[in-house]
Amino acid sequence: MGLFLNWRHLLRKEFRGFFVSPIAYIVICVFLVVSGWFFFSTFFIFNQAEMRDFFQLLPIILVFIIPAITMRQFSEEINIGSYELLTTMPVTFPDVIIGKFIASLCFVAIMLFPTVAYAVFISLLGELDWGPVIGGYIGALFLGASFVSIGLFASALSRNQIIAFIIGMTICFFLTIIDKMLFFLPESLLGLFQYIGADYHFRNISKGIIDSRDLLYFITVSFIGLYSTHLVLEQRRR
Amino acid sequence: MAMIRINNLTKYYGDFCAVNNISLEIKKGEVLGLLGPNGAGKTTTLRILTCYMPPTSGTITVGDYNIHDHPLEIKRMIGYLPESAPLYHDMLVYDYLGFVADIRGLKDNRKEERIRELSQTCGLKEVMHRPIGELSKGYKQRVGLAHAMMGDPEILILDEPTSGLDPNQIVEIREIIKRIGRERTVILSTHILSEVEATCDRVVILHRGRIVADDRTEALRTSAGDRRNIRLTLQGAKAEDVSKVLSGIEGIYSVGAGGPEDGAIRFTLTCDPKKDVRADIYRAIKAHDWIILEFYQETRTLESVFRELTGEG
Repeated sequence: MGLFLNWRHLLRKEFRGFFVSPIAYIVICVFLVVSGWFFFSTFFIFNQAEMRDFFQLLPIILVFIIPAITMRQFSEEINIGSYELLTTMPVTFPDVIIGKFIASLCFVAIMLFPTVAYAVFISLLGELDWGPVIGGYIGALFLGASFVSIGLFASALSRNQIIAFIIGMTICFFLTIIDKMLFFLPESLLGLFQYIGADYHFRNISKGIIDSRDLLYFITVSFIGLYSTHLVLEQRRR
Repeated sequence: MAMIRINNLTKYYGDFCAVNNISLEIKKGEVLGLLGPNGAGKTTTLRILTCYMPPTSGTITVGDYNIHDHPLEIKRMIGYLPESAPLYHDMLVYDYLGFVADIRGLKDNRKEERIRELSQTCGLKEVMHRPIGELSKGYKQRVGLAHAMMGDPEILILDEPTSGLDPNQIVEIREIIKRIGRERTVILSTHILSEVEATCDRVVILHRGRIVADDRTEALRTSAGDRRNIRLTLQGAKAEDVSKVLSGIEGIYSVGAGGPEDGAIRFTLTCDPKKDVRADIYRAIKAHDWIILEFYQETRTLESVFRELTGEG
């Protein structure tokens, strides 16, 4: 049997796990209420049939929502000890990590799905340019993947879910606002720090321009997050 | 043929030495009891064996594989129930067992069949569709046992399998362990001595990370120590006469007599453990007109062996 064979079973287990507890429904509700309210409170003032404001708002909302989704993934397992049951079954760390990662990402996708209704609604009011909307959703998934991997990393660090949430949120928040802090920095570092900022890359995609550099950025961040998770789990065995 | 070979295993947690250079061979089809006070290193040894954590030094081979190079193969051969069965609280029993079956690579029709078999064996039928978090400790323990047995593993490792169970459940679980032990290798750790006596062929006693005893359960009980006691109650005899006669027998070190009770006297004979003197005693008594009311060899309980080996000071 190969290295990555059992992740599919783990994925299914983790994904079901979201929906047996009420937390999933609460998180989805909070997300929809917050994003809907902030978006529509200014939507009619601008009188434009577009979703730019929604996608501008999205990163900062995901900064708080995604670590809340991922915080329990490893913390809870380590805390109640099921981690020992899990890792003494014939699975590898990559199986476990990939399973949890994809399950969480699917959850993010499901959470985002109802907001497609906004786009449909707006297209009834006026002439909606679908390009940026589709780009925005693709970007949101890539951004979500990055944040999920960071959230998993934070969750592996601590057996306390609150601590995992705060660490995850802090890292995601830092990545999101860094390119808004550029005026504090010397000019020579501007390019680098702009490139590090997640929001900068997300803005590019949500304009409807899908650039491989931006996708590469999100893939890199996800990979670093997942690999760090792997290292933390290895360290935990000692 | 040794199924599991533990070689010079050592594990440090920081400065604390939990397992200190132990070596052990476990044969196929053996039911081994790992006994020891709290903190003796039982759980640590089992965790290293199940590839949950690596040792500081030393190695373990299971079949043809060793824990450093082939953890996945070893995990596939082992069914493990950790202490106090830490299961997913949110999952239904049925879903959980299905998940374990998937991980163990059971195909769909075989999977249903196996889950049904195990719910029968472990008595889980009534709770199959309840969340694990709502179950009593005994039921959780049984779910854990079903978890460990799911893949029909060659080696079953149970860390304190009967803790928290009521006496009826304990008997049931012991029966299950014995049944499995006929074809499979079972290692169970416990600090309940009667459990070892009831289920295990062989006992290893750990103390402060070292092996202090390793023998067959029977042998450990009877032959350990440097003397053995025989109790004798005789009617119609005088203490001095009996002492004189019996101390003449080779292998008897001393004869102690108690006070007379209803015309009978109780004697305690201390003998050489390597020589069976019971036949000689019988012949000596037969030659006189004494009536035997009681005559038995005291076997030492596992408790006394255990206390002797692991007691402080």
